[in-house]
Amino acid sequence: MVERKTPGEITLNVFITVIMVFLSLIMLYPMLYEIFVSFSEPLKLFRHRGLMFAPAGFRTYAYEWVLSDKEIWTGYKNTLFVIVVGLVVNLTLTSLGAYFLTRKDCMWHKPITILILITMYFSGGMIPFFLTVKDLGLYDSLFALIFPTAISTYNMILLRSYFQSIPESLVESVLIDGGGHFTILFRIFIPLSLPAMAVMLLYYGVGHWNTYFNALIFIKTKSKFTLQLILRNMLIMGSNLDVDEQTAEYEQVVESIKAAMVIVSTVPILCIYPFLQKYFVGGLMIGSLKE
Amino acid sequence: MAENKLKLSGRLAMDFRKNWPLYLMVLPVLAFYILFAYKPMVGIIIAFKDYKPALGIWRSPWADNHGFYHFIDFFTSIFCKRVLVNTLMISLYDLVIGFPAPIILALLLNEVKSASFKKVVQTITYFPHFISAVVICGMVRQFCLTDGLFNIIGGWFGLEPKSLLQIPGNFRMIFTLTNIWQGVGWASIIYLAAIAGVDTGLYEAAALDGAGRFQRIWHITLPGIRPTIIIMLIMRIGSLMNVGYEKIILLYNESIYETADVISTYVYRKGLLEFNFSFSTAVNLFNSIMNFALVYIANFISRKFSETSLF
Repeated sequence: MVERKTPGEITLNVFITVIMVFLSLIMLYPMLYEIFVSFSEPLKLFRHRGLMFAPAGFRTYAYEWVLSDKEIWTGYKNTLFVIVVGLVVNLTLTSLGAYFLTRKDCMWHKPITILILITMYFSGGMIPFFLTVKDLGLYDSLFALIFPTAISTYNMILLRSYFQSIPESLVESVLIDGGGHFTILFRIFIPLSLPAMAVMLLYYGVGHWNTYFNALIFIKTKSKFTLQLILRNMLIMGSNLDVDEQTAEYEQVVESIKAAMVIVSTVPILCIYPFLQKYFVGGLMIGSLKE
Repeated sequence: MAENKLKLSGRLAMDFRKNWPLYLMVLPVLAFYILFAYKPMVGIIIAFKDYKPALGIWRSPWADNHGFYHFIDFFTSIFCKRVLVNTLMISLYDLVIGFPAPIILALLLNEVKSASFKKVVQTITYFPHFISAVVICGMVRQFCLTDGLFNIIGGWFGLEPKSLLQIPGNFRMIFTLTNIWQGVGWASIIYLAAIAGVDTGLYEAAALDGAGRFQRIWHITLPGIRPTIIIMLIMRIGSLMNVGYEKIILLYNESIYETADVISTYVYRKGLLEFNFSFSTAVNLFNSIMNFALVYIANFISRKFSETSLF
């Protein structure tokens, strides 16, 4: 198509570009602001007026404080445990379930599928869920953050959609050679679905990294707090900020420390962001294919 | 009849002999759903009881008024109206401001001619989606302080610096804008995909007929993505009474409960902070029933007036 470059067209292009640049700045600025505050000197931060386009002064005290804080490291450790063990459980159960959903020729296929789909529309709600998990003896255990969220039905259906695109003839050939369902799943389906498995890994992984609510209601012992729960206590409740420094600008010091926490806890997400963008969008597309 | 039954049990036995490895595979999955989805559903029964932790779900006595004591208690309390209104108002803000935002963004992105610039904008706008609720709310709380970012910007327009999250009138807007900031880029993906599916031949034909860009957007792009918009609208209307607690309990405080306290946060506070398990479950159940009714109605209306429906 030949684009006619009338003055109106050009103005429109400029207008759209300006809006997009402005929007990008709004999206980026809060994080940049946190970076600037985290590196600022308290006195200069106190005196600063207006927007920041660079740190006020330069000082790494906030990061030293955050990185030498034992609780934050405990939080990192616990979150890492939940992610690693959680992902093993998530991926195992989700692929087993997704595989079953593709096997239409057994008699229990339909009842079990319906049983699973119903849970997308109905749930027990917060309190019965809490009591159930507690009754199972998972209260104040990191496994309360792993087993109750072992399967996201939405993710499982995504994976099933991907599994369904694998030719049925491959399944039949394994069955003829005397192989069983485990062979089919682990030797054929999963190796052929690596992009979809990556989507699952990232969906569940980011979920574990970002969630705080289950930790808030189930975890009581400080040594088992996850990173987000510790962040919540420090950023939101403002507790546990023992700043040794005797300074008049105490509030500014705390501001910098909070900003440094925001950065330190977001950097891991930023590091895997290229993969996230690639596979998350891919995941959305698998989802829309089935409709 | 008896013969049929025999046949069925015979068929089941044969099916089991043939497919038992498959059932072995699905067993842990079933265990998950029974333990963490169906067991809590059964637990809803405590809404009709006076649940005592020491007695457990089954041995706790039934509530008064044929089990409906907690429902009546909720409907007659002064908080009933407050949380219902707050939930609906926040949904309404979200529907009016939050719903069109990703559609507009997608339409604008589609008009960006440079592919690399478009990619950069997308990369930037998707990012907030991956930031945790705690970090986002932590930032918003910092920005709302008297010397925070929002007050700096407000100052340009001559506004007095105030502690913004202490003022009830501000909460809905702050909450809605926070959600848009975090979600608009991500939500635009689905519309971009729909736009990509519009027949390009239509644009060429329209251009030949002398249609300008606005006319092409209005007469081709928008009608082309209408089914997607309708589906998203149904889902949004279906969740009018369903406002999540994750961010609100990080943002609100007692001085703004009058606008910020919604059904789900009320359920959380009553149940898990004040231990009124039965009352809280009753409120939650009422909310779930409302949610389901809304989804059903929205779907019914959509099926009546267009060919698009969820189920």
